[in-house]
Amino acid sequence: MSLDPSYLEYPRRRRGMDHDLYPWSNLFDRPAVRWPGGKGVAVSIVVSLEWFPLTPADKPFRAPGHMQTPFPDYRHYTSRDYGTRVGFYRLLDSFAAVGAKVSVAVNAAIAQRYPAVISEIIAAGHEIIAHSTDMNGTIATGLDEEAERALIGTSLDVLEQATGTRPAGWLSIARSQSWNTPRLLAEAGVRYMCDWVNDDLPYAMQTPAGDIMNLPLSHELSDRQIVNVLQQSADSYVRQIQDAYTWLDQESRTHGGRLLPLQVTPYILGLPYRIDAFDGLLRWLKDQDNSWFATGSEVVGAVPR
Amino acid sequence: MGTTPQNPVVNDPGLYDFRPYRDRHPIRWPGDKPIAVWISPNLEFYEIDPPANPFRKSWTKPHPDVVGYSHRDYANRVGHWRMAEVMERHGFKGTVSLSVALCQHHPEVVENANALGWEFFSHGIYNTRYTYGMDEAQERAIMEDSIRTVREATGQRIRGWLAPALTHTTRTMDLLAEMGFTYTCDLYHDDQPGPVHVSEGRLVSMPYSLEVNDHYGFAVYNMSPREYADTLIRQYERLAREGEASGTVMCIPLHSYLIGQPHRIGPFEEVLRHIAADGRAWITRAGDIAQHFLAHDYDAVAAETARPAAE
Repeated sequence: MSLDPSYLEYPRRRRGMDHDLYPWSNLFDRPAVRWPGGKGVAVSIVVSLEWFPLTPADKPFRAPGHMQTPFPDYRHYTSRDYGTRVGFYRLLDSFAAVGAKVSVAVNAAIAQRYPAVISEIIAAGHEIIAHSTDMNGTIATGLDEEAERALIGTSLDVLEQATGTRPAGWLSIARSQSWNTPRLLAEAGVRYMCDWVNDDLPYAMQTPAGDIMNLPLSHELSDRQIVNVLQQSADSYVRQIQDAYTWLDQESRTHGGRLLPLQVTPYILGLPYRIDAFDGLLRWLKDQDNSWFATGSEVVGAVPR
Repeated sequence: MGTTPQNPVVNDPGLYDFRPYRDRHPIRWPGDKPIAVWISPNLEFYEIDPPANPFRKSWTKPHPDVVGYSHRDYANRVGHWRMAEVMERHGFKGTVSLSVALCQHHPEVVENANALGWEFFSHGIYNTRYTYGMDEAQERAIMEDSIRTVREATGQRIRGWLAPALTHTTRTMDLLAEMGFTYTCDLYHDDQPGPVHVSEGRLVSMPYSLEVNDHYGFAVYNMSPREYADTLIRQYERLAREGEASGTVMCIPLHSYLIGQPHRIGPFEEVLRHIAADGRAWITRAGDIAQHFLAHDYDAVAAETARPAAE
C-alpha cells in the first residue's frame, strides 16, 4: 500500500508560520515591556463564571465540566452552581483581602439569571469579559458563521446591557475557536481574546476585520489543568505557581515585564478545603516586591503593539 | 524483515536478539564514566491544518485545534530559548530530535541550536505527517528529504532517526541502515546501546526514553514539576550505579512547550545542576555515544548475542 502522493507535498513549508494569523516572534528578542510602577511580573487572574444547562447541546462539542450522567445530571448541575453561589463569593473575598483586581469571564446567562453577582463584581472594581452565552455555546470549525457571529454578538450585548460597559475581552469555552473566530471577534470590536496559549506575553493577531490582541491565558497554569486534569493537590498547585512566579521574576530583571496568568474556576479552587491554600498563595504573591495584580485589559493596555 | 507487507501477522518483529541483563560485555565510556547522559530536545513543528493520514489523526479536534497547536507553538516562541539557556548554563549540548521542516519555518531556532554545538537527527518532516501507510519509496523520500534539509541548514549529516510521532513501518530499520544512518531512537528494550537486525550494514539502537520523557511525565503520569525532577534524579542515580559493571545510557527527552513552562524550568534546572556536579556522567550527544559504541563495543556485543539462544 502507499499514501496519496499529496501526503508528501508541503505547500506551506515556508519561512514563518503555516497560517496568516500572526507572525513568529521570539519572546526574548522583543523590546522589554515595562509594567506600571516598574513591577516585573503582572499577575493576571481570570475567573470563569459559567452556567451549564441541564441538557447539553453538544454542538459542536460538550464543554469541559459539563453534565456527565444520564439525564437529569443533578450531580454536576448543582456542583457547578455551587461555584457560582458559594465558591465565587469566597474568591471575591480572597481578592479583596489582597486588593487584587481580576477579570471575570462571564457567560451571558449568568448576567440574565443572577444579576446580583454582576453587581458585586462591578462594585468590587473587577473587569467583566465575555465568555459565550452559556456552556452550550461552544465554538469550533463546523459552526455556521452566522450562528457564531450571533453567539458572539449576543454574549457581548447581554453583558453590555447588564453592566453598562461593552466587554473588551473574550474567552472561548475550552479556548476552542473556528477558523472564523479571531475575525468575528475583531469585527465585533473585541480588543483582546485569551484563547491562544503560545506565548508568555500578549501579542497582536491580524484578521481581515482588523487586529486583535491575544492574552495567552496559560491552560498549563490553570486550576482546571493542575487540580482536575493532573489530579494534584491545592498545595502542589500553590507550589507550582510560586515556582512559576520565581522564574518569571528572575527573567523580568533581565528581559522586562513578564506575565503570570492564572485561570481560576469557582467550583475548583473555591471549595472549603482548597480556598485557604489559594488565599495563602495570593498573600505570598502580594508580598513579593516585584508583583503587580492586573486585569486583562490593564495587561493588554501596557503591552506595545 | 524489510519486504513484509504492511499488516501481516507478525508477532516477533525480529528487531534484536534477547540479551539478558546479566554478565554483559563491559562497556567503558570515555573517562571511565559509568553513565552516558544525553538530552534530546524535540524541536518540532506541528501543522495547523495537516492532511489526514488514514491510520492516525493529527489533532483530536476540528482544525484549528487552538490549544493543541498553540501549546506546541509556545516551544518556538518561548520554551526553546528558556530551555537552551538552562542547558548551556550547565554544560549540556542537545541532540535534537528535529521536525526538519523547522529549518524552513523557524531557521532562527535551528541556527541557535547549531551555534550551541548541538547535534541533529531527524524526527520526520513534521510531527503531523506520519509514516503509517507509506510505501518504501515514500519512506525513503522522507529520509532523503531529512538528510538534505538538515545538511543545507546546518552543514551536519544526520546519523540518527526518531520516526515522526513514533510512526513506523516494518521497513524503517532496514532503510535507515541502507541510507547511512548509524542509530535509531525508536526502540525501548534496553538501557544500553545494542545492535539492530538490518538487512545490510550496522544500526545501533540508542536508548531514548518514553518513561522519563517529559511528555510522559506531564501528560501520561500527571507529575508535578518537582515530581518529574525527582524522577530524573532517581533514574540517573540508579543507572550510574549499574553502569559501574557495564556503561549505561540515560536520555532525557524534552519538549520545550512542556519543560520550558515557567513552573517547570526551575525544578528541571536543579536536575542538570545535580548531574553536572555529580562527576560520574559522560555528558554527551547521541552521535558520540553511537560512534564510541560502534568503535569499541558493537562487535563484542554482537558476538554475545550469537550465544546459543536460551529463550
